[in-house]
Amino acid sequence: MQDRLTATRDLLRVEGLRVSFPLLGGDLTAVDGASLRVLPGRITALVGESGSGKSITGQTIMGLQPSQARVSGRIWFNPGEGEAGGPPLDLLTLPRDGRQIRAIRGDRIGMIFQEPMTSFSALHTIGNQLSEALRLHRPLTKREARERCEAMLARVGFGHPGRVFDMYPFELSGGMRQRAMIAMAAICGPDLLIADEPTTALDVTIQAQILGLIRDLQQELGMAVLLITHDLGVVANLADEVVVMHRGQVMEAGDTATIFHNPQHLYLRGLMQAVPVLGHAGRARLRPLREIPPDGIRELARLGRPEGRHEPSLRPLVSLREVSKAFLPRHQSWSLISSNAQPVTAVDRVSLDIMRGECLGLVGESGSGKTTIGKLLVRAMTPDAGTIIFDDGTEVIDIAEAQGPALDDLRSRVQMIFQDPVSSLSPRMTVGSILSEPLEIHRRGTPEERRRLVTALLSAIGLGQGAAARFPHSFSGGQRQRIGIARALALTPEFIICDEVVSALDVSVQAQILNLLKDLQRELHLTYLFISHDLGVVNYMADRIAVMWRGRLVEIGPRDLVMEAPVHPYTRALLAAIPVPDPARPLDPRARIPTARAEAEWPAVFREVPGQPARMVDLGAGHRVRMQELAHPEQMFQQRASG
Amino acid sequence: MSEPNPLPPPGAALPHYVSDAPFDPSREPAGPAFGLGNASQLRLIWIKFRRHRVALISGIFLLLMYGSLLITEFLAPYRLDTRNLDFIHAPPQRVHLFHDGQFIGPFVYGQTMRLDMAELRRVYTDDPTDPQKLRFFCRGEPYLFWKLIPADRHLVCPAEGGRFNLLGTDRLGRDVFSRILHGARISLTIGLLGTLVSFTLGIVIGGIAGYRGGWFDHGMQRMVEVIQSIPSIPLWMTLAAIIPLSWSPLLVYLGITLILGMLDWTGQARAVRSKLFALREEDYVLAAELMGARSPRIISRHLIPGVMSHLIASASLSVPGMILGETALTFLGLGLRPPVTSWGILLTEARGINIVALYPWLLWPMVPVVLVILAFNFLGDGLRDAADPYR
Repeated sequence: MQDRLTATRDLLRVEGLRVSFPLLGGDLTAVDGASLRVLPGRITALVGESGSGKSITGQTIMGLQPSQARVSGRIWFNPGEGEAGGPPLDLLTLPRDGRQIRAIRGDRIGMIFQEPMTSFSALHTIGNQLSEALRLHRPLTKREARERCEAMLARVGFGHPGRVFDMYPFELSGGMRQRAMIAMAAICGPDLLIADEPTTALDVTIQAQILGLIRDLQQELGMAVLLITHDLGVVANLADEVVVMHRGQVMEAGDTATIFHNPQHLYLRGLMQAVPVLGHAGRARLRPLREIPPDGIRELARLGRPEGRHEPSLRPLVSLREVSKAFLPRHQSWSLISSNAQPVTAVDRVSLDIMRGECLGLVGESGSGKTTIGKLLVRAMTPDAGTIIFDDGTEVIDIAEAQGPALDDLRSRVQMIFQDPVSSLSPRMTVGSILSEPLEIHRRGTPEERRRLVTALLSAIGLGQGAAARFPHSFSGGQRQRIGIARALALTPEFIICDEVVSALDVSVQAQILNLLKDLQRELHLTYLFISHDLGVVNYMADRIAVMWRGRLVEIGPRDLVMEAPVHPYTRALLAAIPVPDPARPLDPRARIPTARAEAEWPAVFREVPGQPARMVDLGAGHRVRMQELAHPEQMFQQRASG
Repeated sequence: MSEPNPLPPPGAALPHYVSDAPFDPSREPAGPAFGLGNASQLRLIWIKFRRHRVALISGIFLLLMYGSLLITEFLAPYRLDTRNLDFIHAPPQRVHLFHDGQFIGPFVYGQTMRLDMAELRRVYTDDPTDPQKLRFFCRGEPYLFWKLIPADRHLVCPAEGGRFNLLGTDRLGRDVFSRILHGARISLTIGLLGTLVSFTLGIVIGGIAGYRGGWFDHGMQRMVEVIQSIPSIPLWMTLAAIIPLSWSPLLVYLGITLILGMLDWTGQARAVRSKLFALREEDYVLAAELMGARSPRIISRHLIPGVMSHLIASASLSVPGMILGETALTFLGLGLRPPVTSWGILLTEARGINIVALYPWLLWPMVPVVLVILAFNFLGDGLRDAADPYR
């Protein structure tokens, strides 16, 4: 391992980089004396949480840092022999946006950004933008440029590069766009590709494809890659060398095997312990960097909870039957003139039960309808068809139909925690009034009692009493998310929908929130619907797991069965696509088959046949899978044995 | 701060580097504006607004202007309708400090008038032997303060028996400077009142359209489009023609305000509507719905506060339009009528090329119009930039 990672030169060598920004109350040092290097033709990963300075490092290498930034240090770029050969060049000494740096940018160094949706101009075709990138650096005719671009598009996995060339970005999905973005970054055959969180905005199966693509391309073209990411699983799969940053400083650096098998620094060790992983190991209590003491929760349990609401019951707390919901694509303001737009089915005849006290994990990729299910359950939307019944043993509420007092009652029993910690708290209210607002609406308690409950809620989420007078903008993402949790708890609900509650948070904070949710569930006897795209997180939280695919439920069962003996090919693909933070367990190459094609390769029993739709078939032990009615159920067990 | 981590020589194998920087997990990372944790939105806006120098100066200027409306009678040397028949169309008098090389404080020279029968005009010449020393905080012309309290104190008055026309006099011998000060009362308040009308209409109509959507929104959109497609001056003229001639000047004033406001709300309503459409997508609004909050509460506590700062900014940008609208209407002879005096009325006196050629000082009311409108625009710019302090 050690001798493999040597070369005659460093392609990129960052020495003592410091980047600071002048702010109102003094300077903010974003990068504080960081050094790193990238060998030619190798992948170096720059790992860190938000605010660690990893992205600004990448931007500074490209000369794209904000103009008010103050930069010092050295960034040596040494492309060696070849077109742009010559002695190493200090990129920081080049005039900003001058001719020299522009000749390097896009030609010798390419860059991929996180958000594929916004990194293309919507007004020009893919081919137009691709050939612009090429013709800025190469004197080519239009025809030659088109040939080169189509070849590149074919290389990144487009079946019909000629057609894609003439397409507009909106015609491509997120994963496709990221492919096109990679094609654009690599079109000049750069020596170095800077990939800033290239897969963070993508679904896990698409992520596996893109990671594979980056690796293939890197090997074919002999590019070096600086991979900027927060995801240790991605790092373990791709990187040769790893640099770990925290608050602008390099905490630990080394080759991938050393970093993953022998982490030394407290920060890195803490980070690795905080990541939920698949399998049995992922069920032990996570060790977050900062744990919230559970005393406050017990206090809250004593204070807020009316007795007698949680006798064990065999009936499900919530049951959905044949629930469907469709959306009309984009509201037309001239709809007086008849529109013939086809509705898009978000949820298609889903039936499922949620038992009292359990945590049901709901997984699926974007567009699978999992968030719609959540919104239907809190009655933020009404279903087009089907029934949703809430039954807590004392009374029955029809969620889909509830009106007036029944709806008010529902509001106090079913609550939701949101994904985005910024948008979910009103910036114009203090934390105290955010937390007491639900109590005011439901006219609960005297102002004095409300104040006491707010204090109890704050201590349950590990915030001091002083937080009540402050505004949300003075809290970090994790703290805001905790405030969102406290708000959901204020009305002492029994059922909480957690919609991607940790996906906007850093890994180290994620574990803290997950543990808090677990403690709350135990002490307050809550029932969760835990919606997430992250199977590691669901594996940690859920008792049962439901998998959705294009609006349909495809598999549901106890966690161990679904995670370890998945039956439906989609569940299997999903599980196979998760990168594991262990370099010894790389991604299964099968995971790189695009999902759409994978469907055609599913065994016949799982495919939907017109006129003979698949149904949920019970495999025993509460494990149900969507498939065709089987003539010989024993086939299934062979399936399972081979899986 | 630790030493930068050492790199191996170029191309060599990377050693395992472990920083000796301490790591304290109990230190919670703070939010972006930790020090301002207790600062409300208003305070954050103020902090941001303060840095916009031009807007700040404009704001102070406008505050002074509006403040002066309270004590117009005291500031103006003459009453609105004081005539000095001996000095018709007199040019502005210069304020001097030195007489015969001797400092005697601010004074003006007396003037003598001669009729130029060849050109049929009055010619005024300074009389260098007649320095008239200005008095300050003096007793001058008696007036009714706010038309109620009799008083005779002025900030500045001419010498006993003399006169002081800083910006000259008009065709009836009235002091232009005093009339500008008096006219500000109408011109400045008509902008504010009109904006208030359009603001209220805009918030209510735009708010309902933005929150409810559906047919109400459609209806509003179409109505706005129709109103905006009508050329404004003919529409003003039509509406102004509705105001009966028999109305008292005060009623006419209110009527004009209403007309200006009723035609201006469309922009506000659209701004509110589109802002609400965006805000409605915020999770905290959904959270409030899930708490069981009713529509009025959601609109008033969660949505309107979110757009208020933008509204105030855009309202301050629409005040100049109102002032100009009043000026234009009146200039065309359709708006206010004497004896009510506004800047528009003053400018009607300056119609005609002979006025501009012979008595250019009658154009002085344009200066405050331009200054106030510029100030409102700068202020609006600053407010708009500061309105969303959370970005």
